[in-house]
Amino acid sequence: MEEKNGFVREVAEKKYEYGFTTDVQTDVIEKGLSEDVVRLISQKKGEPDWLLAFRLQAFRYWQTLSAPTWGHLRMPEIDYQDISYYAAPTSPDPSKGKGEIDPELMKTFDKLGIPLEERLALSGTAVDAVMDSVSVKTTFREKLKEKGIIFCSISEAVKEHPELVREYLGSVVPYKDNFFAALNSAVFSDGSFVYIPKGVRCPMELSTYFRINARGTGQFERTLIVCDDDAYVSYLEGCTAPMRDENQLHAAIVEIVVKENAEVKYSTVQNWYPGDAEGKGGVLNLVTKRGHLRGRNSRLSWTQVETGSAITWKYPSCVLSGEGSQAEFYSVAVTNNYQQADTGTKMIHIGKNTKSTIISKGISAGKSQNAYRGLVKVARTADNARNYSSCDSLLLGSKCGAHTFPYMDVHNDTAVVEHEATTSKISEDQLFYCNQRGINTEEAVSLIVNGYAKEVINKLPMEFAVEAQKLLGVSLEGSVG
Amino acid sequence: MVEAAKQYTDFYAQAGKLIAERSYGVMNAPRDEALRTFSTLGFPTKKVERYKYTDVAEDFAPNYGIGLTPLQVKGLPYCHRISEAPIDVAPYYNRLADKQDAVVALNTLLSVDALVIYVPRNTKVQHPIQISNVLKGEQNTMVNRRILIVLEQCAEADIVITDKAMDQQHFLANQVIEVFAGDGSQLNLYELEETHLLCTRYSSIFLQQGRDSKVRHTSFTLFNGHTRNRLDACLQGEGAEVVLNGCVIADKTQHVDNNTLIDHQVGHCQSNELYKYVLDDSAVGAFAGRILVREGAQKTVSNETNANLCATHSARMYTQPMLEIYADDVKCSHGSTVGQINDDALFYMRQRGISEKEARLLLKSAFITEVIESIPFEPLRDRLHVLVDKRLRGELSKCEGCKLCK
Repeated sequence: MEEKNGFVREVAEKKYEYGFTTDVQTDVIEKGLSEDVVRLISQKKGEPDWLLAFRLQAFRYWQTLSAPTWGHLRMPEIDYQDISYYAAPTSPDPSKGKGEIDPELMKTFDKLGIPLEERLALSGTAVDAVMDSVSVKTTFREKLKEKGIIFCSISEAVKEHPELVREYLGSVVPYKDNFFAALNSAVFSDGSFVYIPKGVRCPMELSTYFRINARGTGQFERTLIVCDDDAYVSYLEGCTAPMRDENQLHAAIVEIVVKENAEVKYSTVQNWYPGDAEGKGGVLNLVTKRGHLRGRNSRLSWTQVETGSAITWKYPSCVLSGEGSQAEFYSVAVTNNYQQADTGTKMIHIGKNTKSTIISKGISAGKSQNAYRGLVKVARTADNARNYSSCDSLLLGSKCGAHTFPYMDVHNDTAVVEHEATTSKISEDQLFYCNQRGINTEEAVSLIVNGYAKEVINKLPMEFAVEAQKLLGVSLEGSVG
Repeated sequence: MVEAAKQYTDFYAQAGKLIAERSYGVMNAPRDEALRTFSTLGFPTKKVERYKYTDVAEDFAPNYGIGLTPLQVKGLPYCHRISEAPIDVAPYYNRLADKQDAVVALNTLLSVDALVIYVPRNTKVQHPIQISNVLKGEQNTMVNRRILIVLEQCAEADIVITDKAMDQQHFLANQVIEVFAGDGSQLNLYELEETHLLCTRYSSIFLQQGRDSKVRHTSFTLFNGHTRNRLDACLQGEGAEVVLNGCVIADKTQHVDNNTLIDHQVGHCQSNELYKYVLDDSAVGAFAGRILVREGAQKTVSNETNANLCATHSARMYTQPMLEIYADDVKCSHGSTVGQINDDALFYMRQRGISEKEARLLLKSAFITEVIESIPFEPLRDRLHVLVDKRLRGELSKCEGCKLCK
């Protein structure tokens, strides 16, 4: 037992390899939240009046709300006045022009394996790197521009393409959506903006890398993806944070608009700092993600691999209003130690002949709690809607929990909705089989878990799939004795 | 406090003394606490997770006359009025009931009498016990029913409870049943509801099972207005088994909400749940089944299935099968489907000269059969086949020979 504990400790101390901090000068505003802070953020970003008005409206609405408590989570009390809402790494030498990156920052992203230099063109991915509250650098912009694709940080988009941002911002996730959406709408800092014009197939994967660095700050990023008729884009999102013994808040919004015959693939590998083995610290990941399938035959697929965060509370959702639109949700959520996850999806069928698939795999180890919560709603107008949901949970250890809360609201007689779920542990037979062949238990578990999650990981773009596979192994190390 | 709840507290303020006089000491004891709970909580809103699909305040809002008549129990073996029970009921009465549920508290507050079914140790009740609840009255009436079932060690019994309504009045029945199934006991509890559109039924069953006990609860909602059934089964002894089956046939504006919880507190227990709904017209069906496997409840085997057939555009189904598991060596699964009649099957039958109406009927009836066939007691099975068939044709058991609505 002692040896096992030793191992767990080792994992907690060593295995979160992104737990370093970067020593860059950071412009952090005073802690606290008020109308003045909202105005200050807007001013710092040099925003137009309509955006400030949007923020203030959201802020005033947020003040009337209280934090939700319905999740299957034990949430620490969040003091919203004890967080700094804006932190920007500043260049030590202001004479340097825009586009030059502080070498410290460069090192950070190098360490994280994020290709910010376009010489790394071989990797074939365009990256938008976001550190704390600002976007540091977006690569391949010129090349994408040739095709008419806009890929930049949302702050730049506000300045350069205000008409697009104004049209779509808040159209999928209105500020009144929920508590955290209202908060984000008031104080959102940076994130990515993607616009794919009609008939364009984006030639490379677009990717955003989020990093929380400064202490005592929260990250409130906002991503907006608009995919016009007949267009296609695959978008990746990755995140890490340093190891800190305080809880850091991450309340983001992702909005996706998919038009006629367009297709969007959104993949997330979430690896925020999960807290230590005693459950101290870690990121609170409270995110609202939603896609609106507006056009006929549009397609959206969410793929997520959730291994980090002390608390993950999010439901990447799809509103299927276009006739014949299709949505998919693939998720692997791994929790270890004292991590908690309450995640799943919402599929709201409005258009005729819409189809959705939900595949969710939960893996809980240590003393963690892992819940799937999903809603499949078929409106009266959604003739011939079809949904298939399958949720499997794997339990490693007798102190963890795995829960499934599916909700199905069917208001149409032509709909076919199916849900199935199983909960089990790794069978002794499988382990014995591996052991027999000289594979130790630790590796065998990793092998079996990877096989179990394969269905989802296969949906990820290749580079991400490799990373996700490694992450699964790391997150679970030390969880089996 | 909202109006709906206020009329009941006002009534209690007036009639509390009368209720206490007509009632029995054990039942009077928890009334103060129940009043406190009910006054503070009020009727649960839709924000309360377990009442998400039913508007309780609306169901309780009409002005009902409240029935305070004591029970007439004569000659039925093993059945007693609470005041005449052969055992001390204090360790049983109101022990299992959820103290934080306002609807249950209201029953505790207003019940005048309770039926006690007591089966002593090692006794096997030969014939099923049937309890008929008949709602009769000249005016809108609310009744509070309370039943206490105590099966001692290795006792066995079959109990059939039927709900009927005689008069075309608004009736509201609020029932609380507490069941203690001792070690090694076996209980089959059947409930059959066949009332009319003006009837509202709230039922809360609390079940506690000892070691190696077997309990099977089967509920049939054939005809009703608004029904909300809650069932909490708590498996406290190893080797206990519980089966919860249910079948709902609803059309017109019927509303049926079944809400169950199976609490696996210890290991080596089994639970099985199967609920089937056939919804027609503007009927609303809801099913929420939560299976809770507590820490240490290893070797639990649990299975939950909810299958639903929506026959029209305006019928609505909400389903929510939940698993909450804190032990690792368990086998738990749940499945849930919402669909409609299979076109291929329909076509096959029509090809063979069966009219569309008849074919639909056959398919619906076949869909329900799985639940009926799970009943071990043959005469009841046969009777239910007949009743379900009639019900699908739009008739009730009491329609036999009556030409009123034809």
